[in-house]
Amino acid sequence: MTISRRTLLGAGAGLGLLTACGSNTGRDGGGSGGKGPRLSHWYHQYGEAGAEQAVKRYAAAYREADVAVQWRPGNYDEQTAAALLTTSGPDVFEVNGPSLDQIRGGQVVDLTDLFDGVRDDFNPVVLAPKTHDGRIWAVPQVVDAQLLYYRKSLLDDAGVEPPRTLDALVDAARKLTTKKTKGLFLGNDGGAGVLGGTPLYAAGLSLVTDDGKVGFDDPAAARALAKVRELYAAKALLLGAPSDWSDPSAFVQGLTAMQWSGLWALPAVRKALGDDFGVLAFPADGAAGKPAVPVGAYGAAVSARSKHKDAAKDYLKWLWVDKTAYQRDFALSYGFHIPARLSLAKKADALAEGPAADAVRFSTENGHAEPLLWTPASRVAYQDALSRIIKSGANPESELRSVVRKVSAELDRVRKKSA
Amino acid sequence: MSGRGPGLARRLAGPQNRNLWFWVFVGPFALGLLVFTYVPLGWSVYLSFFDAHNTVSPTDFVGFDNYTSMLKNDAFTDSLWTFAVFTAFIVPTTFVLSLSLALMVNRLRRAQAFFRSVFFLPAACSYVVAALIWKMSIFNGVRFGLANTVLGWFGADQTAWLSTTDPPWYWLVIVTVRLWLQAGFYMVLFLAGLQRISPTLYEAAAVDGARPGWQVLRHITLPQLRATSVAVALLLVINAFQAFDEFYNLLSDARGYPPYARPPLVYLYYTALGQGQNLGLGSAGAVLLALIIAVVTVGQARWFGLGRGDEKGA
Repeated sequence: MTISRRTLLGAGAGLGLLTACGSNTGRDGGGSGGKGPRLSHWYHQYGEAGAEQAVKRYAAAYREADVAVQWRPGNYDEQTAAALLTTSGPDVFEVNGPSLDQIRGGQVVDLTDLFDGVRDDFNPVVLAPKTHDGRIWAVPQVVDAQLLYYRKSLLDDAGVEPPRTLDALVDAARKLTTKKTKGLFLGNDGGAGVLGGTPLYAAGLSLVTDDGKVGFDDPAAARALAKVRELYAAKALLLGAPSDWSDPSAFVQGLTAMQWSGLWALPAVRKALGDDFGVLAFPADGAAGKPAVPVGAYGAAVSARSKHKDAAKDYLKWLWVDKTAYQRDFALSYGFHIPARLSLAKKADALAEGPAADAVRFSTENGHAEPLLWTPASRVAYQDALSRIIKSGANPESELRSVVRKVSAELDRVRKKSA
Repeated sequence: MSGRGPGLARRLAGPQNRNLWFWVFVGPFALGLLVFTYVPLGWSVYLSFFDAHNTVSPTDFVGFDNYTSMLKNDAFTDSLWTFAVFTAFIVPTTFVLSLSLALMVNRLRRAQAFFRSVFFLPAACSYVVAALIWKMSIFNGVRFGLANTVLGWFGADQTAWLSTTDPPWYWLVIVTVRLWLQAGFYMVLFLAGLQRISPTLYEAAAVDGARPGWQVLRHITLPQLRATSVAVALLLVINAFQAFDEFYNLLSDARGYPPYARPPLVYLYYTALGQGQNLGLGSAGAVLLALIIAVVTVGQARWFGLGRGDEKGA
């Protein structure tokens, strides 16, 4: 059969029409069909099965606006940062922040009034980085914690106790390293990215002090980071695993005896290993040190460029302040997260015993979140230095001196702007 | 003489509507170029003189502050060194490999089309996909990665290819993926060049007693391939400047990018478009990089004598 030009053009036009009918407007799936304005709500892609369906179900139950959920894979933080520069971004969005510059740049809406009467019920550790000049800029959704998972049987076989100090961790990782299994997995970059300020907190220091100064201009910082380098130099760290620290695969597949990962991984670890595991905080270092658990919270924020700011705030209050049943479901049914509301966290049976209860206790007693003044520029300078210390054996003292200079300059910049 | 010329519309349309048709065909593309290339470029230069954190319409003019802080920034200067090392290695390696492949394929009497396709096929693969295959299947750092499995047969320990800085095995991964992806494309360019060389030259060389092999290659083939070689070298350098995809996909993770093997585009991406969102500083870096590229390209063109060859040969 020969195809004439007319047939081909006709077919092309028909196909074009069909494509136009089915074009992705970004509003399909999860739309509530509510009677009010159309709102777009962005989430980053969670790894846990069922989470996407859950948030679409919540949105569909809202009757005051037509809420469309967008579940966005890829570099979510970069996507939202770019989208907030335009009017085509989301109305409501999840944010791992917002950052100080986002708040100062007027990109997010002040949400303080949503917390009337419930402010004290939100976990203060994760509410603090969302608060600037007394105003709150995002509603914490859940609290995520990072912990040290260890395989009990492997530690028993090697005659190793669960490590309670950084020295003991280095020693344990060495002893647990065999031809097939490494002692510890801190991420494929040796821990530079995920550990961040945790070794500093373990040494009794901080990233930024309460009065806005550099919190690690102290010899104890270099000592703690040098011990992380020891782990790498001893070849006790697992590197180059197919999935990174946030996924427990390396731990459950027996590639490593201990792994730094998130509380969210606990159900998968328990399913694979039963009771053959425990969790710990990052071990303390030195006389002034204390165990450290980094905590963080994605928050829900409203874009300042939204055409429906009030409707977006109403929806956000309904979902993340009023509908506590949804908040509990989101935190506990698709992975493990601690509810951001203290009252919900107390009532969570799933977090009441075993390693989950330990994790909650460590998060409460030793939890610390990245302060708002720890800007992306400071984070990059510190992470670069940490990477050079761990992998290239750079001198911790001189690397930290350089970072202290850069972070001081960055703190001066943000202080000058607020003056 | 009537004294009345054609109407304005007629004059604008030109003889036989040539001007009109010119703009019908060229106009949309010219408009696209203006809107999507020149306006953002101008805007970027504008932003580079402002403190533009998380905004593209800044108000705080800072003069050349962004330029001085970018030039004083070790991360930016390190990224330029990374680029220089990468270019110094990848350009000659790809050049030699693709020329060798072309010479081999050109000599084949049978199945030439088959081998040409086999070597060219990787060029159709996306850099992102290839980088992920290299990272997750061939060069992952655990015992069941392909490279480690093979080395394990000979009793070698497992190597964390992308995480080891001493020795810097990550370069092996970065360079091999790019070689695999682009050698076939340049091989096709060289093949086209080789097939344009007149067989009579080789016959004349044989009559004059030139030995087949290195002597013929040096005195006949390579001089005849000069134009192709210049084009390939220029394209390779330009491609090296644009290196982003394989670096980013091989080395970055959710928490960032290690300080080593960070080419300028990756660094500027993190500064301006990543979480940093410092669009003023990123724009200053982009302007500096554009100037460096312009200087290198002009220098290279002069070195190769582009434009002069024709005049001499004429």
